[in-house]
Amino acid sequence: MNKNLTNQEKYVKDYKRKRLLIHLCQIGLVILFIGTWELFSSVGILDEFLFSKPSAIVKLLIQYIKSKEIFHHVGISLLETLLGLVIGTSLGIIIAILLWFSKTLTKILDPFLVVLNALPKTALAPILIIFAGTGIKGIVVVAISLSLVMTIISALNFFLHVDEDKLKMLKSFKASRIQILTKLVLPSNTKNLLSIIKINIGMSWVGVIVGEFLVSRFGIGYLVVYGGQVFKLDLVMMGVFVLAILAYLMYLIVTLFEKYYKNKR
Amino acid sequence: MENEIEFKHVNKSFYSLKGETNVLKDINFIVKKGEIVAIIGPSGCGKSTILNLISGLTIPDDGKVITNKKVGYMFQKDNLFDWKNVYKNITLGMEIKKLKVDEKRIDELLTKYGLIDFKYHYPKELSGGMRQRVALLRTLVLDPDILLLDEPFSSLDYQTKITVQDDIYKIIKETKKTTILVTHDITEAIAIADTVIVLSKRPSSIKKIYQIDLELNEEKTPLKARNSIKFKDYFNLIYKELDIHE
Repeated sequence: MNKNLTNQEKYVKDYKRKRLLIHLCQIGLVILFIGTWELFSSVGILDEFLFSKPSAIVKLLIQYIKSKEIFHHVGISLLETLLGLVIGTSLGIIIAILLWFSKTLTKILDPFLVVLNALPKTALAPILIIFAGTGIKGIVVVAISLSLVMTIISALNFFLHVDEDKLKMLKSFKASRIQILTKLVLPSNTKNLLSIIKINIGMSWVGVIVGEFLVSRFGIGYLVVYGGQVFKLDLVMMGVFVLAILAYLMYLIVTLFEKYYKNKR
Repeated sequence: MENEIEFKHVNKSFYSLKGETNVLKDINFIVKKGEIVAIIGPSGCGKSTILNLISGLTIPDDGKVITNKKVGYMFQKDNLFDWKNVYKNITLGMEIKKLKVDEKRIDELLTKYGLIDFKYHYPKELSGGMRQRVALLRTLVLDPDILLLDEPFSSLDYQTKITVQDDIYKIIKETKKTTILVTHDITEAIAIADTVIVLSKRPSSIKKIYQIDLELNEEKTPLKARNSIKFKDYFNLIYKELDIHE
């Protein structure tokens, strides 16, 4: 044992030990959860027909991977989600920018935005799908509808709460409205816009899954709803599992981007 | 000497649904070229409004503000953009006015004011005093004839405040800028200004104008000014004039 550790080294060692402990606990929790589930299903405490079991889910997943069928479903859902995310977020930010330019327009549209925001957008999904068609287009429109209004409202809110003094400083330089937007409003809100994207990932997934529940012959949502209808709970669970992994990966990509952006500063 | 700024019977009100707030009432004064004028008064008395009128950010309801000079504004907060480095912050005004940036000149200024080693640093990495100097440079590179300082020292801690006051006073004197300083700190006004204008409560009018002569044997700096025997006389005079219990 090296007893000549400085306080700094002790601190680092302590920190690393705590971090390791947290990771171990997290892994332990997963193992415990899956292990108990498997055990209870095997001995009959849980009804395998209703609750499925981890080994059956993995077996099914391997089967889907081998037949390459899963990639088709994942691909379609991912495409729909990404389209919904990109279009919903950018359209929302563009509308927020337009509203930022005109206070009067914002005031006129305010009550409508509030109502649209409060309305559960999934209730609109059947109509939207009838309007936009039952293919990928309809599902993407549902995904957009979930993130659009929220994006407009929160982006506009961020834009309007830019530091008053900085605004005055730019005005003292006789900056135009567009210069204020590009030099101050947008750059000072990069972090906020990234957090809107993070929220919209979840929103787009909800939209896509709801859309696929309603109409579709492919996609994770289709797998889940089909599995439910034929009482193949293995399939439902597998769908949820794949969904969780995909959503986490997308979230991770944004977080990495956020870190890169922070370091660049 | 040439008049740089002239206020002639200026009135200014702000309006809201609840009614009119009369902020400035019949303001008259003249600022000569190269003069440092401090405007002092109780809070909310419209000191900043006077600066906004000079810079053209607002216009008077009645009366005239005569000035056709280039105006530079410096604020209480340094307002540095933390996503831009020191160099980019200093050239922000030029960027907005789409002026050509002479990097050599900026480098000279940075060297002069001890910031050259921090040219590519971000505001987060600077001390309060350095940030305030960067903010002043951002204004100075546009070569204004008139400097408007809106309580530029009030967010600094006492030690830093004294040094930054000295620094900025030197810069103002060297560049011979006409300067209007808005403050609520009586000592700051006496230490820096040639002329102190005392405003009354809202609706503000000018109560009194003092010419500050500290009878110093050496060149004035804010720090040396504080040692003058006459300093406390002026302090007492202005303190009475302000009379916050009125």
